[in-house]
Amino acid sequence: MNRLERRDRLIRLALLMIAFSAVSVLAVITIFMFGEGTPVMFKYGVKSFLAGRDWYPLEKSFGLWPMIVGSLYVTAGAMTVGIPFGLACAIVLTEFSSRRVRRVIKPVIELLAGIPSVVYGFMGVVILIPFIREKLGGPGLSVLAASIILGVMVLPTIISISVDSIQAVPAAYREGSLALGATKLQTVKMVILPAARSGIIASIILGMGRAVGETMAVIMIAGNAISVPHSILDPVRTLTSNIALEMGYAAGEHRQALFATGVVLFVIIMILNTVANVTSSRRGGPGR
Amino acid sequence: MRLGPRLEQRVATALLWVMTAMTIGVLVFIIVFVLRKGLPVIDVGFLTKNPVDMGKGGGIFSTVIGTVSLTAFAILIATPLGVGTAIYLTEYTWENAMTRVIRFGAECLAGIPSIIFGLFGFILFVTKLGFGWSILSGGLTLAFMILPTIIRTSEEAIKSVPPDYRTVSFSLGSTKWQTVTRVVLPSALPGIVTGVILSVGRSIGETAAVIFTAGSALRIPTSVFSSSRTMSVHFYIMAREGISMPRAYGTAAVLIIAILAVNIATYYLMNRFIRRYS
Repeated sequence: MNRLERRDRLIRLALLMIAFSAVSVLAVITIFMFGEGTPVMFKYGVKSFLAGRDWYPLEKSFGLWPMIVGSLYVTAGAMTVGIPFGLACAIVLTEFSSRRVRRVIKPVIELLAGIPSVVYGFMGVVILIPFIREKLGGPGLSVLAASIILGVMVLPTIISISVDSIQAVPAAYREGSLALGATKLQTVKMVILPAARSGIIASIILGMGRAVGETMAVIMIAGNAISVPHSILDPVRTLTSNIALEMGYAAGEHRQALFATGVVLFVIIMILNTVANVTSSRRGGPGR
Repeated sequence: MRLGPRLEQRVATALLWVMTAMTIGVLVFIIVFVLRKGLPVIDVGFLTKNPVDMGKGGGIFSTVIGTVSLTAFAILIATPLGVGTAIYLTEYTWENAMTRVIRFGAECLAGIPSIIFGLFGFILFVTKLGFGWSILSGGLTLAFMILPTIIRTSEEAIKSVPPDYRTVSFSLGSTKWQTVTRVVLPSALPGIVTGVILSVGRSIGETAAVIFTAGSALRIPTSVFSSSRTMSVHFYIMAREGISMPRAYGTAAVLIIAILAVNIATYYLMNRFIRRYS
């Protein structure tokens, strides 16, 4: 075996180790999150952690229910805004626009993904919140404000993955439908969207993941009150904001309880990721 | 009421276009709004002076340095790992259970919210390993966060290099590694750079992961162990605590301009890359 071949073997081995970097990082994150978060959860009971309504960390009362509900509401709201607009953009981009128009719209939408979340939050603070306070009442900092801003923030995720999966629909489906005399809209509704269904569902689930995980924008606009909201104009605190708001000064079991909040968030995200992964690898997923 | 199929199509098309226009409108509005309020604040002094009095006065120089050093550190760590992974996945193996595990790991990592990275970085780098709030802690955390992006874009770039290139290189007697470094990587470079620039954009805008790992000191960092405040953290603190609205707008405008530059560069490179191989 000559020198070059030996070197090649070493390189292959080194690359194999590097290739496991992402998996290792994921494993280490999982171990640390659970290692830090679960002991305090078991000490006070998983049930009281998840279903308890009182969060007074200094008095050792760690109930995450209001935050879980908060994340749920805000995510549902974001989806109500994000899904129709996201799908509309994806359909326009793939089916109802010329190549030239597409070349302009697509990078513009990708730019939405690049705007930092603090800037989104800030726009909520200076424009959306005064508007809600004056026109609709309430404190302005609310489920509604967070839903609208998050709805915009999940658009790039929903659009780009939906576009991929719509583009992966074989041209023969489209041509066949049009040849049978269907209009373009009928083709989209009855042929294209059903064929691209699993990719579109995956895009929505990944969008939900973005909404659940978003932190800075939500802190700035959701109001952060620890109570289960009664209307969409009430303020709300999400799991992510709970961590970010108190991390700066938490110590001891309080800090561990914040890691436990992180564990709940982590589990939700992993479930969403896995579901998205399984859905999109089925038939009709984005070209894979 | 039932509309005829043609009329229905017209109405639906109009509606879809209106919704698309609204989406684009939101984006244009955000950019124009921030730039209009922020650009008048930006001058040479704003960019070259340090913040005075927690940001009430002075400029944002130290936070620009903080952002640049943190981003550079993260890219330096993540690029070799990401490109190495991509090379292994595309050149050294075929689809099997192991590659599926690696891909699944990268995909999951991409979905993890930045606040979790922040928590993780805080507990591992800041406390357990004793790096404190520093560029080292923040940079490593950010590197882990952008790793999936770099893996994915590099993989796509390497895959799009025509197989003939490799065949020719092998037929000339090159080893695998020579082929990779002298033929495949140079051809895939624009695509790889695109992924790196995208990650730069993400690092510049990141706040949640950075604020708990790099801290928020306003001094200019002197080593990788100094705590440092990035532009986005500075903007967040100023806007949230209402320290100085004009300066918050100015910082936001600098952020937006940086992001715009990153996106334009990405778009330009991507187009060139796609044109070359199609």
